[in-house]
Amino acid sequence: MAETAVPSPLHETHPEHAHQFEDKEQQREAGTLGMWTFLITEIMFFGGMFCAYVIYRSLHPHAFELGSHLLEVKFGATNTAVLICSSLTMAMAIHSAQVGKSKGTIIAFLVITMLLGLTFIGVKLYFEWYHDYLEHIVPGFGFMNRGEWGADAPQVQMFMVFYFFMTGLHALHMVIGIGILTVLTIMAARDRFSSRYFAPLDISGLYWHFVDIIWIYLFPLLYLIGGRYTTGGH
Amino acid sequence: MSEHFVPAKTYILVFVSLLFLTGLTTGVAYIDLGVFNTVVALVIAVAKMMLVVLFFMHMKYSSGMTRVVVIAGLFWLAIMISLTLADELTRWWTPTAGAWGTSMLLPFLVLLS
Repeated sequence: MAETAVPSPLHETHPEHAHQFEDKEQQREAGTLGMWTFLITEIMFFGGMFCAYVIYRSLHPHAFELGSHLLEVKFGATNTAVLICSSLTMAMAIHSAQVGKSKGTIIAFLVITMLLGLTFIGVKLYFEWYHDYLEHIVPGFGFMNRGEWGADAPQVQMFMVFYFFMTGLHALHMVIGIGILTVLTIMAARDRFSSRYFAPLDISGLYWHFVDIIWIYLFPLLYLIGGRYTTGGH
Repeated sequence: MSEHFVPAKTYILVFVSLLFLTGLTTGVAYIDLGVFNTVVALVIAVAKMMLVVLFFMHMKYSSGMTRVVVIAGLFWLAIMISLTLADELTRWWTPTAGAWGTSMLLPFLVLLS
């Protein structure tokens, strides 16, 4: 937007772009590129786990199916929908800032996003992890083999190790995301965002959507792997 | 900077498509397709990722440089997984280079097993 180069009364306290950039567009691209570079390190971080998962699953396919049957599809599917809703509200929060909606609208979308994130973590903690603990299928916390697993029992436990590490790391990212959203909400309340300046929203949105994408892969790989039809699942 | 902004209608369409694909991938998991269960699940997951990356993450409107960086990242992930699998899945092709003596016994062990 060339017209943003016109000096404005805002310029002193709220510069349109930092002095090292040619213009706002370049600044925005630098921010986006930097965030994507960080997200790529995150892809490689999660990628190591996905890689280990692929190897163990290829070595012990049956044990992984038995392990997958320990998870409740309804909670996984619900949480997928919750995260998709939160991605929409995050995108709408940025959109609201871009088109110059009131700060109330931006805050409303951010708060809904946060509540959806908390819903995700709540479902995970209470309906899934806590019940897994009660059912003795948390490795290291009273894990008990079941007769029907037979010789596959150690690999079923391995599947649960993957499950808890992958979903745990994902949940940690959600918690960090909610922290970021809290900061954004405070910034929005202090009138920091406008149709001219919304880079923090834009960049944080990338992070939030990235965490959504990780779950998009975790859901089918952990909850839906082969053989749901043989036992009917849960 | 606001010249790229995505209309709210597009976001709603992407959102509905994502929910539809979630339902689809869940439903398909209960139908026996043999190895294609995994294939279908991954194809749907990639489709959902593309929707999120292109629209929610604005990749459709991003510069070429950002796109190259993202594709390079995914390419590196592909290298990590494919080279690791190339090792892991082909180890049985050749006898292990273990201790000098035991490797000599390997053909017999294979016959016995």
